[in-house]
Amino acid sequence: MAYVRPQTLDEALGLMASGRWTQLAGGTDVFPARAGKPLPDDVLDLGALGELERIEEPPEYWAIGAGVTWAAIQRAKLPPAFFALQAAAREVGAVQVQNRATLGGNLCNASPAADGVPALLVLDAEVELRSRSVARRLRLEEFILGNRRTARRPDELLTRILVPKASASGGTAFQKLGARRYLVISIAMCAARLALDEGGRVSHAAVAVGACSPVAQRLPALERDLLGRPAHREALAALPDPARHFAELSPIGDVRAAASYRRVAAAEIVRRALAEAAGRLDAPCSAAA
Amino acid sequence: MNVVPAFPAEIEVNGARLGVRAPPVARLSSVLRDELGLLGTKVGCDAGDCGSCTVLLDGEPVCACLVPLAQATGRKVETVEGLAQVRLSALQASFHHHGAAQCGICTPGFLMAASALLAKNPRPSETQAREALAGVLCRCTGYRKILRAVTEAWRLDGLAAGSAAQDFALLAHPSPIGLFLPRLDGVAKVTGTEKFGADVLMPGALFVRAIRSPHHHARFRFGDLDAFGRAHPGLERVFTARDIPGENRFGVIPAFADQPALAESVARFRGEAVALVAGERRAVEALDLETFPVTWEKLPALLDTDEAEAAPALHAERPGNLLVRGLVARGAPGTALAEAAFTVEGALETSFVEHAYIEPEAGCAWMEGDTLAIAACTQAPFMDRDETAKVLGLSPERVRIIPTATGGGFGSKLDLSVQPLIGLVALLTGRPAALAFSRAESMMATTKRHPARLRARIGADADGRLVGMAFEGKFDTGAYASWGPTVANRVPVHASGPYRTPHYRAEAAAIHTHGPVAGAFRGFGVPQAAALGETLMDRLADACGMDALEFRLLNALRDGDQTVTGQTLSVGVGVRACLDALRPHWTRARAGAEAFNQTAGVVRRGAGLAVGWYGCGNTSLPNPSTIKIGLTAEGRVVLHQGAVDIGQGSNTAIAQIASEALGLPLDRFGLVGADTALTPDAGKTSASRQTFVSGRAAEAATKKLREKILRWANVGQNAELALDGACLELREGDAFRRLDLAGMARDAEGYVFAAQATFDPPTSPLDENGQGVPYAMYGFGAQLVELEVDTALGTVNLLKVTAAHDVGRAVNPLLAEGQVEGGIAQGIGMALMEEYVPGRTENLHDYLIPTIGDVPEIETILVEVPDPIGPFGAKGLGEHTLIPTAPAILNAIRRATGAVLTRLPATPDRVLAALPTARA
Repeated sequence: MAYVRPQTLDEALGLMASGRWTQLAGGTDVFPARAGKPLPDDVLDLGALGELERIEEPPEYWAIGAGVTWAAIQRAKLPPAFFALQAAAREVGAVQVQNRATLGGNLCNASPAADGVPALLVLDAEVELRSRSVARRLRLEEFILGNRRTARRPDELLTRILVPKASASGGTAFQKLGARRYLVISIAMCAARLALDEGGRVSHAAVAVGACSPVAQRLPALERDLLGRPAHREALAALPDPARHFAELSPIGDVRAAASYRRVAAAEIVRRALAEAAGRLDAPCSAAA
Repeated sequence: MNVVPAFPAEIEVNGARLGVRAPPVARLSSVLRDELGLLGTKVGCDAGDCGSCTVLLDGEPVCACLVPLAQATGRKVETVEGLAQVRLSALQASFHHHGAAQCGICTPGFLMAASALLAKNPRPSETQAREALAGVLCRCTGYRKILRAVTEAWRLDGLAAGSAAQDFALLAHPSPIGLFLPRLDGVAKVTGTEKFGADVLMPGALFVRAIRSPHHHARFRFGDLDAFGRAHPGLERVFTARDIPGENRFGVIPAFADQPALAESVARFRGEAVALVAGERRAVEALDLETFPVTWEKLPALLDTDEAEAAPALHAERPGNLLVRGLVARGAPGTALAEAAFTVEGALETSFVEHAYIEPEAGCAWMEGDTLAIAACTQAPFMDRDETAKVLGLSPERVRIIPTATGGGFGSKLDLSVQPLIGLVALLTGRPAALAFSRAESMMATTKRHPARLRARIGADADGRLVGMAFEGKFDTGAYASWGPTVANRVPVHASGPYRTPHYRAEAAAIHTHGPVAGAFRGFGVPQAAALGETLMDRLADACGMDALEFRLLNALRDGDQTVTGQTLSVGVGVRACLDALRPHWTRARAGAEAFNQTAGVVRRGAGLAVGWYGCGNTSLPNPSTIKIGLTAEGRVVLHQGAVDIGQGSNTAIAQIASEALGLPLDRFGLVGADTALTPDAGKTSASRQTFVSGRAAEAATKKLREKILRWANVGQNAELALDGACLELREGDAFRRLDLAGMARDAEGYVFAAQATFDPPTSPLDENGQGVPYAMYGFGAQLVELEVDTALGTVNLLKVTAAHDVGRAVNPLLAEGQVEGGIAQGIGMALMEEYVPGRTENLHDYLIPTIGDVPEIETILVEVPDPIGPFGAKGLGEHTLIPTAPAILNAIRRATGAVLTRLPATPDRVLAALPTARA
């Protein structure tokens, strides 16, 4: 029985190599899962790793430490393309959870309704995984494998989330649909990113939908159809076609909504996210809103 | 070194460095409460869902239940105990002044979240306050007064003492009825010093946990219990049904008592307790209850009333699983409806609704000599006493129930929860025993609002006058009786709504299933019935070509009319006054919606009306309250106030009534109770009866006391009383008497004068057709909801609720508004989001209740049509605040979009599917 609180990443990776641990960062998943049950006695506390709490800008990437909280994301000075991520940050629980929950935890917990995933998917985010001996990078799509399943190996820690500079461009939007205003697990959510060429036509489109499949999904067919279109809000919003563009989704019916509803609602919030993202192309300085 | 030692650790709390002995993984909430005794931080869910454990960590709000001790070490922790320095902070004074605390269990969490906001932004907008407070749930207030207290706290900054003094000056008012008086028990709620069920701990207490059925229906057998005990050091003992010394069968209605405290060989619902473990706290907390030696044999479960009616009985004496059928019939509704010029009919299905008070059931029991004392949250101390005594084989006198502050009840804390369990452990071990339900246990094991399947048909003549109604309801009453009979009997009386209905037949049946026990929840089935009846009234108004408000006014009961039970209401019928009060708002709202919809796209706006009525007190059954009051030799008035205050305000309202009747100000009063050893039986806090029944008993007792004093002093009826220290002064015209109380003879309790009185509302039994006088008094209300429907997503956005409620006489308008706002919030939940599914929504993130962002502006209009039987004309209020909300929302949705919902809650998927142009 041990509770370990490494002070450096190297120390943490050494511990990861030497045993199986319950990893605890902000505690917002570890504790709720054990309400009314015994607490774990093999905890690796990631809370003292200042190295993981930084947001950095090396030449090719925006690098967000896995220990960065949603509150820190909201406060961070980031390019306008991070608007969707910052909007998602404001919808993760409420301020109590935003002050504690980390991006790394959100990804490693791999809930189908993880609020941060769609916004990171449209930024083409990658994750950095490190063990004592190896560091590797995976695209986010390659990292989250299923409901509560990731590609993290037992001795690895998720250390950073990397957003390619090239993808940190354009206008983004985030839409979350739930049955109440705050503290709500999504029925469906959508993030969208649009960038334009010099002629004002869509040069890059990324759309991701969450809570409508075991893992949030990009919609490549829709993205292809968006390319080359004029950035006219109404026209873009009219494009998504349930018959052609949503094959990646496999919504289930549960206490939050029927599966058939999720299909309809997902299409609708995609339309709204596209319109909103297109609208934001003209307002490049809105990230701090 | 990175291995954090188990203990000790040091944390800084409210500026003091404190040593604690606890594991580094321990939740900060538990460290604060269990190790440091800082009980102001409340635990509502242990999952970050309710926010009641909010504390500040380095100035930022966090849920203390999600922070391990190791991460709090070396940082600054601030709790509610740190807010008040000698006197209340401005924020606390503002909460007190605005009535932002009702039961008070969520108050410390709100105060901490708000204090972080105000430190950065002393004058926040309502939107900023909403965002900052969104992480804390409240089930009592409807959030409006909390928002106001936070956005206006700056007004009291630096003046906190002065403002508090202003509020306290009201206590010297000679005639307190009608004052916006902050609650008399309010300071303890805003300082976090109020003691709830989990806050009473006796030294040396054993901690108790229950083993519960994971199946809806299962036979079970225990393995080697002794071996389990031996394998877990610190575990004192295991208890099963075999240990229960009395009759293992309880129930709120003695004739229907059918529920075991611990099940015997068969569990009939998921969450039913089958065994207890008791031991040292850490040892019991560390137990993995899934390793408890019990084997389950899953049995077929009935979860649908239609299926249950044709299936073998859960209880042999109730064939067809029929618990009770209620009927009210008069005239010839079949003929009347056949001949009606206009008829409409409809059906509605509702869901289990969970009370979701923020305080899970909790308490502590101990022996006081031969007497078993139980301090626990409750709405019904004397019923708890008698039922617990029966289960434990004791005479009622050997059980003492001491209600703690109760962190919300809404009907569910009328039934026993922890009492027989901790009572059993304390009785058999001689040691104190404490138990606090987890959130999941609280949701699984306690009662719910009955799901209903309803059908009804109503008709009107060519002039728009109602001619008749036929109503049929099946209510899923779950595995045990609880208040099922009450629901079955109350619904047919109320299903007509407060309308003249000459021909009527309403039947309601309570059917057993293996679902959770359905019991009392604010309205006892009436909200479900009204959700159908009032939507049909709206559609019938349309069919008649009449305005929805004028149609209701035309048909509403007036003084002298008969109800559907044949009861003549000679005076005090306030429903028309409520509708009249809404008329200007209705006109404005309809015009506003029409104008909006001229230009709107996918978002459509609608306004909807509904009314409600509610018979106060038990249905045709005795329902007495007894109140005692005394004057001490020291010159203090002592009110033995046994009407349990679960946040609704009886501690304040009953005292106001007594003060008014006696003619001495509240600052001369002290309250005793509720406590079955100290206060006479003031009945249960339910059925909107306390202000009415206990208030009337208080008025009667106080008048008796006053008469005794006047007679002794030999002065007339109109004498004015005043207390000058221990001297009582009496003035009438020129006459003046001064009684030196200190020199007078006193009784065994130290009273120089004392009196006690009982009031039992006059009712009569209902005959086989439900005809009679079921209630001595009715309360009335009408609400107007304005909302928007997003017709592409089916989401509903509430804009405003205007609520007119006839309270007879507003004893305390501040508390009355709080009741209205809180009832509306629960009505919003029932209408739009609340659906309890056993095994699936046993937490507060899958089971949704309204947050601070889901309750819109509420304008409350208190209508005063006095009822001569109420104290100073006052009527009951608690329940008719909720009854009109859901149908008003449904009516507004229909007027906005044409959608007719047949299933509650009206979640976005259901609304979208109900749209006339549904694409789903």
